[in-house]
Amino acid sequence: MHLMYFTEQPMSDYPEEEARKAGGISALMLSNKHFDAVDGSRLYNERIEEYLYAEEVGVDGIMLNEHHNAPFCMQARVNMYASILAAMTEKVKIVLLGNPLPVSDNPIQLAEEIAMVDMISKGRLVSGFVRGGGSEQLANNTNPAYNRERFEEAHDLLIKIWSEPGPFRWEGNHYQFRVVNPWALPLQKPHPRIWIPGVSSIETVTWAAEHRYPYICLNTTIQQTQDIWEVYDQAAQRVGYKSGPEQRGYLIRCHVADTEEKAMKNGREFMWMLGEFTGLGHPVWFSPPGYSSPESRRRRAETQVTQRADSFDKQLENKNIIAGTPDQVIASLKQILEETRPSILALWGNDGKVDHKDSMDCIRLMGQEVMPALREIGKDLGLDSPFEVDSPISLAETPASELLPVTV
Amino acid sequence: MSTTATNFTEEFVQVDFGKVHMMKGGTGQPLLLFQDDLGSPGWLPFYEDLARSFTVYVPSHPGFGKSERPNWMRSTRDLALSHLWLMKTLGLESASVVGIGFGGWVAAEMATMCHHIFDRIVLVGAVGVQPTEGEILDQILLSGEEYTKLCFHDPAKFEALYSAETTVDQREVWEVNREMAIRLAWKPYMFNQSLPHLLGGVDTPTLVVSTKDDKVVPASCGRRYADLLPNARLEVLRDCGHCADVEQPVELAALISGFVSQK
Repeated sequence: MHLMYFTEQPMSDYPEEEARKAGGISALMLSNKHFDAVDGSRLYNERIEEYLYAEEVGVDGIMLNEHHNAPFCMQARVNMYASILAAMTEKVKIVLLGNPLPVSDNPIQLAEEIAMVDMISKGRLVSGFVRGGGSEQLANNTNPAYNRERFEEAHDLLIKIWSEPGPFRWEGNHYQFRVVNPWALPLQKPHPRIWIPGVSSIETVTWAAEHRYPYICLNTTIQQTQDIWEVYDQAAQRVGYKSGPEQRGYLIRCHVADTEEKAMKNGREFMWMLGEFTGLGHPVWFSPPGYSSPESRRRRAETQVTQRADSFDKQLENKNIIAGTPDQVIASLKQILEETRPSILALWGNDGKVDHKDSMDCIRLMGQEVMPALREIGKDLGLDSPFEVDSPISLAETPASELLPVTV
Repeated sequence: MSTTATNFTEEFVQVDFGKVHMMKGGTGQPLLLFQDDLGSPGWLPFYEDLARSFTVYVPSHPGFGKSERPNWMRSTRDLALSHLWLMKTLGLESASVVGIGFGGWVAAEMATMCHHIFDRIVLVGAVGVQPTEGEILDQILLSGEEYTKLCFHDPAKFEALYSAETTVDQREVWEVNREMAIRLAWKPYMFNQSLPHLLGGVDTPTLVVSTKDDKVVPASCGRRYADLLPNARLEVLRDCGHCADVEQPVELAALISGFVSQK
């Protein structure tokens, strides 16, 4: 298995009542007058210390993401933290989930940044890509109606940059460049592994499967996860390979503490995060016009109100949030692994107002107790990661002789 | 929904770029009516009023309502060119035009491209030029329903047309229209920086109509059109929001009929 540590990097010191006045929606429009740079400086540095500790206690990978205009996530540029970690760590994989391609007007610059991080980290980078949520399009003023087209075109351009020597010219539908010839190229050839995180967009799941990129389900329910694998497996079959655990990833909110009491107290902080996973995304900003497929337009027309998340207890019961002592957490995760069979697992350990000390305790227990047990469980279940089986990094990089007959 | 279902026909006009949904009614000289980006839920009393004096053509803009979406279309200028092609397909060598809101922008673009295509131009609450004071209301941060409500001065008139509980079908139409609107006018939002430099060439007699309580388009847009177009005058309607065609249909239709009929 490949076991990662993740946190959204929340800015926990904004006045919650201000967000509540806006219906509990903190992303996009909550005024940045509530941002305190002194706290920000402290929190950024605490996060670095936590990531370094995660490496020390044996975590395989550190998963990073980015959001904009969002107190629930202080990372505004995933490549910034990636470059810091590239220089400060030695062993962990740096897993970007990911760079939001459509919001960039210059994918060449992204290609350069990713290549630099890969080289500085000596080839420890996983370069995931995302479409970015609806409010990310608004925060960056990127036309949501062209989101998917821009995602696919930017991806194709990046792959061409990493697969073919420059200079070449790119005259695409959304991107045009006279000269494509970035000097810096990735250390991993032809490029770092690409993983695609997402919630439940069938189009994205299918697209990932068609490229043989692992798909990382972001805290979906067990049933949703199983449904996603069905779509993924069928698409994989169609393009000529049999998908397995090495293409399956899963992120789950999971807090570990020495005592159940403390785990429950800190686990509740996942509910504090007035962001997308608590269901408090603004229905329009979450999916602005054109962002989703025409097929889901009807659903948007039906959904006018902000949907509240299930209660903490309900989410615990459904294993959508896990909180407990190492033994309790291992038992719950074992069940998830058995039922959904991912080889890539990210534990979203700390959120909200969980303080630095408890975060460090959680990381220690994860690295020293939970993850070793999960590795054994993973071995028993045959959940070998892409690194363990050295799976092809994409369909394009799969030798033709290994492809199955394509079903029509 | 309270729309008038009397003397009009509904058809799809096949143009090379796609099918255009069109309502048509009345007799007399041709009057093209370009809707706002909200579209309209049917043949409005306002259209019926105009149809007493004119042959009124109400095409849904390509990509809006039931008209087919040309996926290549990237700007309001593209849309304006497609309407010139539609006029040719309809055999209209010239016509007068009424453009409401976004439809006003389309009409203004067409006039700059083809100076003699219109006999008379009426721009009602038109976007298309950057306001010199205030900003055009950004519908993208609002739901279709929230935005449409803000287009009205009198909430009762919104409810009379759309009912207090809007239907899923109506909200879906708004989504389709909003999606097409942002495909054309995302950035800058709802105006063209070149247009003010081109309006000086349009000497067609033009009536610019603003409304006292337009929460969508600042009054400065109307003033700008009236200043930049060499042969324009400005009228202001009271007790009326952005949707003048729904809120003050009788007064607006009378104003238009009087202006367009002048020769």
